[in-house]
Amino acid sequence: MSIQDAGHVDDQAKVAFFNDPKVRSWAYQIILVLFLGWVIWSIRENVSANLEAQNIATGWGFLGTTAGFSILQKLVFYTEASSYGRALWIGLLNTFLIAFLGVIFATILGFIIGIARLSSNWIVAKVAMVYIEVVRNLPLLLQIFFWYFAALRALPGKREKASFLDTIHLNITGLKMPAPVFGEGSSIVGIAVLAAIGGIFFLRRWAKKRQEEKGEQFPVFLTSLGLLFFLPLIAFFAAGQPIGLEHPVFSETGPMIRRGFALNTGLSLSPEFIALFLALVTYTAAFIAEIVRAGIMAVDKGQSEASHALGVSNNFTLRLVVIPQAMRVIVPPLISQYLNLTKNSSLAVAIAYPDLVAVGGTILNQTGQAIEIVTLWMVIYLTISLSISMVMNWYNRSIALVGR
Amino acid sequence: MKKAIISAALGAAAIGMVATGATAATLDDVKAKDFVQCGVSQGLAGFSNPDDKGNWTGMDVDVCRALAAAIFGDATKVKFTPLSAKERFTALQSGEIDVLSRNTTWTATRDTSLGLNFAGVNYYDGQGFMVRSSLGVKSALELSGASVCTNTGTTTELNVADYFRSNKMEYELVAFEKADEVVAAYDAGRCDVFTTDQSGLYSQRLKLTNPGDHVVLPEIISKEPLGPVVRQGDDQWFNLVKWTHFAMVNAEELGVSSANIGEMMGSDNPAVKRLLGSEGAFGEALGVGNDWAANIIKMVGNYGEVFDRAVGPDTPLKIERGVNALWSDGGLQYAPPIR
Amino acid sequence: MTVYDKNKVSFVRSEMVGESPPPLSEVGFVGWIRKNLFSSVSNSILTIVGFYLAYQIIYVLVNFSFIDAVWSGEDGTACRAPQAPGDGACWPFVGAYFDQFIYGRYTIAERWRVDLVYLIGAIGIAWLVIERAPKRPLVAVLMLTAFPLISFILLTGGNFDYSSNFLWTSLIVAAVILVAAFAIPTMTKSNPWPTMITVAVVLLILAGVLLLLSIDFGLPEVETSLWGGLLVTLVIAITGIVFSLPVGVILALGRQSNMPIVRIICVIFIEFWRGVPLITVLFMASVMLPLFMPKGIHVDNLLRAMIGVAFFASAYMAEVVRGGLQALPKGQYEGAQALGLSYWKMMGLIILPQALTLVIPAIVSTFIGLFKDTTLVSIVGLFDLLGQMASSLSDPKWSSPMTPHTGYLFVGAVFWIFCFAMSRYSVYMERKLDTGHG
Repeated sequence: MSIQDAGHVDDQAKVAFFNDPKVRSWAYQIILVLFLGWVIWSIRENVSANLEAQNIATGWGFLGTTAGFSILQKLVFYTEASSYGRALWIGLLNTFLIAFLGVIFATILGFIIGIARLSSNWIVAKVAMVYIEVVRNLPLLLQIFFWYFAALRALPGKREKASFLDTIHLNITGLKMPAPVFGEGSSIVGIAVLAAIGGIFFLRRWAKKRQEEKGEQFPVFLTSLGLLFFLPLIAFFAAGQPIGLEHPVFSETGPMIRRGFALNTGLSLSPEFIALFLALVTYTAAFIAEIVRAGIMAVDKGQSEASHALGVSNNFTLRLVVIPQAMRVIVPPLISQYLNLTKNSSLAVAIAYPDLVAVGGTILNQTGQAIEIVTLWMVIYLTISLSISMVMNWYNRSIALVGR
Repeated sequence: MKKAIISAALGAAAIGMVATGATAATLDDVKAKDFVQCGVSQGLAGFSNPDDKGNWTGMDVDVCRALAAAIFGDATKVKFTPLSAKERFTALQSGEIDVLSRNTTWTATRDTSLGLNFAGVNYYDGQGFMVRSSLGVKSALELSGASVCTNTGTTTELNVADYFRSNKMEYELVAFEKADEVVAAYDAGRCDVFTTDQSGLYSQRLKLTNPGDHVVLPEIISKEPLGPVVRQGDDQWFNLVKWTHFAMVNAEELGVSSANIGEMMGSDNPAVKRLLGSEGAFGEALGVGNDWAANIIKMVGNYGEVFDRAVGPDTPLKIERGVNALWSDGGLQYAPPIR
Repeated sequence: MTVYDKNKVSFVRSEMVGESPPPLSEVGFVGWIRKNLFSSVSNSILTIVGFYLAYQIIYVLVNFSFIDAVWSGEDGTACRAPQAPGDGACWPFVGAYFDQFIYGRYTIAERWRVDLVYLIGAIGIAWLVIERAPKRPLVAVLMLTAFPLISFILLTGGNFDYSSNFLWTSLIVAAVILVAAFAIPTMTKSNPWPTMITVAVVLLILAGVLLLLSIDFGLPEVETSLWGGLLVTLVIAITGIVFSLPVGVILALGRQSNMPIVRIICVIFIEFWRGVPLITVLFMASVMLPLFMPKGIHVDNLLRAMIGVAFFASAYMAEVVRGGLQALPKGQYEGAQALGLSYWKMMGLIILPQALTLVIPAIVSTFIGLFKDTTLVSIVGLFDLLGQMASSLSDPKWSSPMTPHTGYLFVGAVFWIFCFAMSRYSVYMERKLDTGHG
């Protein structure tokens, strides 16, 4: 580049060499690069000197070493004999789990509150407003502590339970549900679910085409629901009921320590997970509600008036006119809220939910390899962030108004 | 004078982090800045605990006070840095503190690969369990199926894993970042069992809503020798910290205490004379005054006094001497002779 | 259309009937209720549910904080079962720890210094917020420069010693900069003096600041490890904002710059900090920063967290400022260039004043976020308001079932008041700045 620029300068010999804006801009940039290079080099020198002086191991070898500690919640196989690498993987999966469920429920709650905020019903709008103003203006960490330490004390003790329909139980050790047990032939049910989803996809295309051609409507939603419910159900009975339920075992007799729910029976959600989940969902929902409100308000009133004037019902106006236009405003900030939720899930470390940061912190303590662990955290979160922004850019492009 | 520290940081920012030459020996640094910078816990009754006015008390704190007494003849020339379990080694390695006295367990890894040196054992501890008395549990072997609350990032979570695995017992581990959170969660009933070093159990029990409702089980599942830690590669400083502890143990063994040191100064016992500096030049060999041990005993006391004052039966912690008795009383506290 | 013959029709109204009042069911309180609460069956159900929810929340809150609350007591016994009237707040706990929540363990005899800083800060902020106050730009500049300096000296005690190493290095660096400031304009055959004078003034100010910090005002030193509570929360949040504003502006300009390397560096910097959670940044600051420093240089614990928060905030601020820059019509840039203004003059006189005013609401929102996020420093061992409160919960003297709830309620109320006030201000500014074009 610089050679090319130099030639360029010669061409316009009128301007002095150092007054050429291009030369100047490159000079500044070279100085900047040199400066940054020097800073990075001196940090590197300091780090290696410090590590050597402190006799801290470097490199990624520790990932293969036995971890030796137990993890509260593991989605895939893990024991104390597993490696540090495996432990980090467990932590990452836990981060994904809380982020995934959190995003879904925060969206639902956020849309409900956002719409309630615009309700013509005075009290509903006010309750929604108060909710938003209170939750948005409190630190998330405080809310997590509140859900964990204050709400924890309100739950039934370990030897008691509060049950719902005698299948879902709640006490201080968490939410206990029956776990599905997949027997032989359960893959057939899985295939049926996939088939139902595929069927719905084609049904929608067909119905849309039919509507465009003949103007007739088909009850797509109800049919889809039916398909999704009955197809797997038929497959389930046809395969001879291969999926069973394993209920959590609750014992009320025997030595005190053995009473309550037995470990590793049924499906269990730890109170740490529940507290973090509730805090993240309620907190993020308040922000999503504001985004939804802004999005709906951004749609010109003339749009819905015009739609009503055409005789389109209220319901269809909302579904076909307002929401599609509001989505264009809603989706970009919505996705950045999803990203925030994912990043905020790292506050798990405060209440013992073993997410990526918490597990990484434990390993950091045991190995002292701060640089590797922090790098790993950063790389993983950056990857998540950048992939989400890529999705967002793609979506923005796909819904952008086509200019005329 | 933290001033030097901040100005150094400002300097680093201004001159772009150029190394400012190697550090001198720790003892010279300490003498130059006129105080000992001591890393302690963020609050553990009996070991290092600040009161409302910010005064620190406890066994670990007294190690640092004794060090200041040995160097300066003034036990108040010490400043405390409260550290979390996560920060403690980095703080020592980076030179932020001169000595780490924070109920830290001596292990092979820490002694070798973390670049640290353990300068002795001022408290022989072991990991224990605390449960509610209402559970009726008498032994840790009955704990199968329990949920266990503990701190993360310490040896305790490794020990508990080993113990439950080797006894083929099921358990659920809830590991928190901070000790206060462990106490809060255990107190709320999240866990059946609270495990940490036994001394810590006694100390944390005071923070529970009804301390009387909880018992510490007899089993000790690990060896946790706790002691002051220094950086590797500075033998002079290492020796001084090591011998500060030994001086206190020797003093107790020889019957020298802060109460009777005045009369002991005139003792004819050659061992006492060597300890108090009237014979030999052991202080000079360590790089401090010959009255170093006398100052320690005068200002801080001997090992037994420190123990009784901080954690002994007359304190709320009510810990017996047990293995921490002198070797002559059947315990493990044994100091090489000063000669 | 039929045309009526006036004579054939028996009666034709020749004037309009006066408007009759709307039916009672449509006006006044009843009308309002009908319209806003019971307009349809589903709406009525929602209303009932809404009122029930509101009643429940208010009932629980009022009951807890007033009716069942304990108001006096020497220790936790007053809040425990037999004495306490019910599951109410334990306010004497907050009373006993109030000073710690505000100052942390700051030396008691020196707390007037903290009060003074709070007072100056409050007056300065009030001045900036009240629109009729005179000389607001001057106050704004003072709040961003003199206030941090004064607070720094007051809070730490000043009286810093500089190593001779540091003094020599800074002298040499200053000399080099001065020579460069003279040489570069001379080389480009322009008048060196204006640049020289600017540079010299900046260096003199820096020297003055260093001198000021080294003066012994007779204030005893208070170590940062003693700081805590609201003090730490405010110190971290305010340094974050003071640092992030200029750095954010520079980064935003860098990102818009047409120098490719500068742009890339700024983009990487911004996206890096925005892409990672603050807690990992704080962990990085607390465990990695010491490794980055040469031997013998220690960064204070509080300073580490402040550095982490400041970088993090700068990246967010940069994006806010970029929003402002992009919102300005291109004509503003072109107009400035047409007048022959240099880049810095164009930015400083035309673009930035407009862009920054435009994004004041967004800056306030960023600040609210930053303020709430300061609570995270409690995870890396500092005692902010939340951390201080949480640590006082382990005091056996005050332990009672409702002590934690009381503490969380108190801290929540403090945070809420600060954040809500700021968010109202931001809404107000938004309305005021709305020129009606959008």
